[in-house]
Order: sequence, then C-alpha cells, then structure tokens
Amino acid sequence: MNIALSEFAPLSTEIFVLTMACVILIVDVFISEQRRIISYALSLATLLVAALISGSMLDNETAVVLNGTFVSDPMAALLKTCIFLITIGVFMYSRSYLVARGIFHGEYYVLGLFAVLGMMVLVSAHNLLTIYLGLELLSLSLYALVAFNRDSAEASEAAMKYFVLGALASGMLLYGISMLYGATGSLDIAEVAAALAARGEMEMIQIFALCFIVVGLAFKFGAVPFHMWVPDVYHGAPTPVTLFIGSAPKIAAFAMAMRLLEQALGGLSADWQDMLTILAVLSLAIGNVIAIAQTNIKRMLAYSTISHVGFLILGLIAGTTEGYSAAMFYAITYALMAIGGFGMIILLSRAGFEADQLDDFKGLNERSPWFALMMLILMFSMAGVPPTVGFYAKLSVLQAVIHVDMVWLAVVAVFFSIIGAFYYIRVIKLMYFDAPLSEEPLKPGAELQVVVSVNGLAVLGLGIFPGALLALCNAVLA
Amino acid sequence: MIALSDYLILGAILFGLSVAGIFLNRKNVIILLMAIELMLLAVNMNFVAFSYFLGDTAGQVFVFFILTVAAAEAAIGLAILVVLFRNRQTINVDDLDTMKG
Repeated sequence: MNIALSEFAPLSTEIFVLTMACVILIVDVFISEQRRIISYALSLATLLVAALISGSMLDNETAVVLNGTFVSDPMAALLKTCIFLITIGVFMYSRSYLVARGIFHGEYYVLGLFAVLGMMVLVSAHNLLTIYLGLELLSLSLYALVAFNRDSAEASEAAMKYFVLGALASGMLLYGISMLYGATGSLDIAEVAAALAARGEMEMIQIFALCFIVVGLAFKFGAVPFHMWVPDVYHGAPTPVTLFIGSAPKIAAFAMAMRLLEQALGGLSADWQDMLTILAVLSLAIGNVIAIAQTNIKRMLAYSTISHVGFLILGLIAGTTEGYSAAMFYAITYALMAIGGFGMIILLSRAGFEADQLDDFKGLNERSPWFALMMLILMFSMAGVPPTVGFYAKLSVLQAVIHVDMVWLAVVAVFFSIIGAFYYIRVIKLMYFDAPLSEEPLKPGAELQVVVSVNGLAVLGLGIFPGALLALCNAVLA
Repeated sequence: MIALSDYLILGAILFGLSVAGIFLNRKNVIILLMAIELMLLAVNMNFVAFSYFLGDTAGQVFVFFILTVAAAEAAIGLAILVVLFRNRQTINVDDLDTMKG
C-alpha cells in the first residue's frame, strides 16, 4: 500500500491550513498580550491564501486519493472557498467584541482554524471514516469555542447542552454507519453506492442504517424535531461564536448531506426523500412560528436558522441536479446572511452590554442610518424580499421542487415564509419607527464598519446579479 | 458458535441503554458523559462483529479511530464540566435551565 507523493497535491489546502494552525498555536504562546494581533493577522492570512489555493482548484478534474478516503472535486473546491471567505468575515467581525471583553486570546483563532480544517475534511470526504473524523474535528472545536468565555455561566451551560446533544448525534450517525458497513461490507462511498445498487431489493438493515444516518444528519443541521440544542446554543454562546456556528458549518453540513445521501445512499433516495419531507415541513413550521414569540434576537435568529434549514432540505428532497445546486446556493447565501445578522448584534454591543434583545434595535435609524440600512437589507434578504439574494435562493429551491411535481411542498414553504416575514419585518419596524432606548451614538471600529458594509452590499449585490454564483453552483455539480 | 445476530442484539441493547441514560437521567451530568461513552462502545461492538463476519479489517480500523475520538471527546466534555461547575456550583441536570423560550 504505497502512496505516491503526487497523491498529496489535491490535499494542498488541508496541509496548508493544518500547518498554519499549528504554527499559530506555537507563535501565540510566545507573543505578549499586547501583540496578540499577530495571531489574528496570521489567521486571516492563512484563510486568504487557502481561499486562493482552493479557488484555483475549481477547474481541476475529480481526483480520489489516499486509498479512496479523500476526494478533490469542483464541488469541494467551491464549498471550501466559500467556507474560507465566510470564516474571514467571522474573524473580522469578532475581533472588536473579543478585545472589548478581554477575551482576545489566540485560542479563538486556533480553534476556529481547526474547525475550518474539520469542515474541509468533511467536504472532501470519500469514505465514511473520513466523514466521521471531519465531523468530530469540527464539533470538538465548536464545543470548546462555545465554552470559550470561561466566566459566563450561560456559555458553559450552552456548551454542556451542545456537547451532550452533539455527541448523541454523532453516536446516532455512527450507529447508522456501522449498519451501512454491515450491509455493504465497505466504508468507501463509491463502493457503498455500488453495493446498494447491486443488492436491488430493500432489506431491514438498510432501512435501519438510513434512519440512523438521517437522524444524525438532522441533529447536525438542527432540523425539527432534532433542533432543541439550536436556540440554547445560539443564545448562550458568545456572539462571535454564535456567528461562527450559524454560518460556515451549515455549508459543511450541506456537503455532508450530499456525500452521505446523494453519493452513498443515492439508491435509497425514495426512502430518504420521505423522511426529509417530514423534517423540512416541520422545520419550516416550527422555526417560523416559534421565532415570532422570541424577544431575544439571538434566539429569534436561531429559530430563523431552523426554518432556513427547512428550505435547504427542500432542495435535497427534489433530488435533481437543479435541486442540489439550489440547496448549495441556499447554504452559501444563508451563511453570508447569517454572519451579517449576528454581526449587527456585535456592532451594537459593547463591553457589559450584549445588545441581544430585540428592543436594543429600537430607533437604530436615528443613531446610524447607514447601519440601519444594512440591517434592513439583511432582514429583507432573510425574509426573501427581492432584490436581495435571499429571494433568489428561495426562488431557485422552489423552482426545483416544482419541477419534480411537488407543488404542495412549495405551497407549504411559501405559506410559512410569509408567516416568517413578520418577525423579520418587525425588526425593521423597530429600527425605523420606534424611539431609541439610548441616545448614545454608535462608534464601531473602522474594521467592523467596513466588514458590515461589505457584507450588506454583498447580499444586495448578489441579489441583483445572482447569475454568476448560480451558474457556478450548477457547473460544479454537472 | 455465537452468531452475528447475537452480537448485533447486544450492540443494540447497549445502544438503547445509553440513549435511555441520556434522556432519563435528571441527576448528574457525569452520568450523561458515561452514557455517551457507552453509546460509542456499542457502535464499536457492531463494527467489530461486522468486521469479523465480513472478513474485512476496515471495520476494526474504524474502531481504533472511534476509541481515539472518544478519548478526545471525554476530555473536552470533562473540561466543559469543570467550567460549568466553577460557574454554577452544581452539575445537576435539572439546574441547567437558565435559558428558555
């Protein structure tokens, strides 16, 4: 079992990020508290270079290396590039928050980079073992990040809940994987698919495996009825960590669903489509309805995430290339909207004041018309109002669902989106038509101003010109 | 000769016990951590049994990875537990209810 050196070429991004994460871990030990910014700058540089490397791999041929455990294909290259860009945004949003609260430690960036590495492995997995390892590297880093603010009782409670339910989800997924291994005799995704196709008829063990794998996936996505961790973790975690959990891992979760459901279990698509339909309808209903009752904006956005996951799953249900590319577009644009939404909370907060209540957004227009406009764009985008990108994301998913003759599902999705529009528009009403609670002018740092503006304008820009990204999503799956 | 199904039934019983342990336990967080470990071991039982009866070593390789990850997971779980105890002076599951809605 010799591995040629050339087999490592498709892994260059992973090797680079791993090396740099270790370098930053060491460097951070030796620099003083005042020069902590070096770790931050190194992390940003790492992500930027990694984005360039994986961006350059977009046109490469699909290559399966390392005894079939790792695949480098255009889909992986696109998703990784998006993960890097989103994480750059996350790190830039976080710095001022961490500095103001005295928790600007290198660990945040090192754990963040290891989580990114986990997502990369997950995205490029071509073996059930690689999927598990990538998922665990991502999850373990996130558990530690949630508990990052050591003195916060809420954060440690959220971390505990996240840990227990996350471990339960991994256990479910693993149980499903063990059944799948027993049914097919292989861990390689291509061989699993071939063995399932050769068997033809359905057996008990395959259904068993499928159920557990779907439950594990639904837990990681945060789809109803496996969503109970989402609101508590989003609420309890420090806002920069919420920002991270709510954005890039959704892209990785999409990739995991593609690898497991489409590539490995594609032969059982009729069965998992039924299961996903239940998950999607429940997520859309519960997410949108319960979000209305929230007064904490982080909790509200958590329920909004659940409803967006419902939409993302709709694209998977369609089961066509059109559906998958729509779901991919949805995952990428949702991550962009999510960092903007949570980023606005960071922008309004200061040390000792989290700005996580809906009332804290009252009268934002009087305090800062520009940031109120950015929040307006983000909220409209989440609600799916044209000309923002959220509209095209929803439109392309609905189109894919209608093209496979599931009109009723599209009607349900639109119905609950209209209910959901209420709580997004309520935020806009609070910003523009209510008197501010404090007259204190907003003084965010230059970096935060730039990243919020770029984020808001990107959501608008992608909404006006969605063609390029949509075409790219189609091209990588074709 | 013990049949494959016997191993699978044992694995399923262990798995069921651990899930029950997670959902029924309302006393102590450490018991939750033990239930999680038991769950991973139940999966290992499945893998080893399948690996033996299929005559394929990949399943046993997977078991080694699960054991390693379980160790890392336990370390992080206990670290979070220590932080939690320092902040709340309790590790009672029923007391973890400050966030609602």
